[in-house]
Amino acid sequence: MKKEVFLTIILLIAVALPWSNGRADEFTKKDLKKWHKEFMTVVKEGERLFHSALGKNKVSCDMCHPNASNTHPETYPKFQKQIGKVVALRDMINWCIQNPLEGEPLKLDDPKMIALEAYITYERRGKPLSPGRH
Amino acid sequence: MKKKISRRSFVKKGLGAMALASLPLGLVEISWGKNNPQNFTFAYISDSHLTHIKGTEFVRNFDKGLKKAVMECNFMSPRPDFVVYGGDLAQLGKREELEHGLEIMSALRHPVKWVIGEHDFYLDLGRFWEDKISKTTYSFDHKGVHFVVLNSILTYDSWMKKWKTPQERMANMARLDNPNGSPFMVGERQIKWLKKDLANVSKDTPIVVMSHSPLYEIFKPWNFWTDDAEKVQAVLRPFKKVTVLHGHVHQILYNQIGNITFEAMMSTAWPWPYPVSYIQKPNQVPKLTVFMNRADPFHERDATGWSILNLENGRVTNHYKLWENKDRVLRYDEKLGAPVDTLYQDPLKRIPPQEHY
Repeated sequence: MKKEVFLTIILLIAVALPWSNGRADEFTKKDLKKWHKEFMTVVKEGERLFHSALGKNKVSCDMCHPNASNTHPETYPKFQKQIGKVVALRDMINWCIQNPLEGEPLKLDDPKMIALEAYITYERRGKPLSPGRH
Repeated sequence: MKKKISRRSFVKKGLGAMALASLPLGLVEISWGKNNPQNFTFAYISDSHLTHIKGTEFVRNFDKGLKKAVMECNFMSPRPDFVVYGGDLAQLGKREELEHGLEIMSALRHPVKWVIGEHDFYLDLGRFWEDKISKTTYSFDHKGVHFVVLNSILTYDSWMKKWKTPQERMANMARLDNPNGSPFMVGERQIKWLKKDLANVSKDTPIVVMSHSPLYEIFKPWNFWTDDAEKVQAVLRPFKKVTVLHGHVHQILYNQIGNITFEAMMSTAWPWPYPVSYIQKPNQVPKLTVFMNRADPFHERDATGWSILNLENGRVTNHYKLWENKDRVLRYDEKLGAPVDTLYQDPLKRIPPQEHY
């Protein structure tokens, strides 16, 4: 009997523990501010990369895409006729790094790739998604 | 009687036909306005942005664009009376870039009229340009037309003094979407000069003004803009036929404001998006313009090119020579009092690639 009570208490504590540290959806305005700041740090880094020579020939992304315009991140994944299959935005980022910029492609999970995507999509904020659009 | 074709004449004729076929059709024989000695043709090459990498290395893609335009100009028949270079020969105003540009341009068989762009100017404030290439403000008369060249890429003194080095100043002006940039302007001195230059020109003399930046307001964040453009327009207002030709925007763009027709030139290097495709800030892109096709990055010469301009009775007909697309032609419509695209102006005739978003 004692043992059962003890186990019940342990179980209750175990179940209650996650709540005692706050629920998953409990966050404050301070948290939001912090997360946005983290995000904007990556956007800023993306902006810097977008405006620097990522390849071997001093050409940078912004030369053809001021403010990342004409990149249409909202349309990916989409069928890229020149590649002959459905690709993601990051595939096109690498295509540009390899061709007009004459550089080496980034790994798809490279923090630089994430930063470039963050900047490109941030400059397009507010535009409804339209995957597949040409 | 059957004419015998020898092997030799066949080969000769065949090679001739092949050579003709390999040229863009528009360049083989262009004969317009031949009945009026006042009508003439000139060519316009702009925005080559030759970029120095190191030593004798330059960005291959951009070299190729300028070389192609020069070669095609040389093939034009009848020959254009002159060629205009619309500015931004260099990318960062470097001596290496300007000299490299002069070398490529030296292959042209025509006299060249030069317009300075911001990429040629902001490293040494136009010193090399004025010493070795051309004046930046001047006018000339040609077959009854008064041409004016302006340096429209000047800016405020306070901005000029902001930078520690000329390189820093150049790099900041070179970045199109720079939030720390500064609007272009013609400046009081040139406007005063313009008034004086036009004082003795009769009001029915056709005027063609050539500047690097557009002399009207389109989109300030990218300097598709000249801050004191309205003051320049005011000086041009009394004249019956005025055309302003400009570079800088790397796209097909045209507008009509009062008596003034504005037309942009293509770049030989790369195209720029229309400001409508940057949705965070409002723009004043002219509703009159039928957009060029969206560029296909897989064809590196797509949405680049140059122009053949035919002056007929003081009005410009602009033949955009587009290397990877069908050419576009703008003609001044006397009834509408504005330039129109001869094929696509009617909204029903437009094609999906002309949609920019």
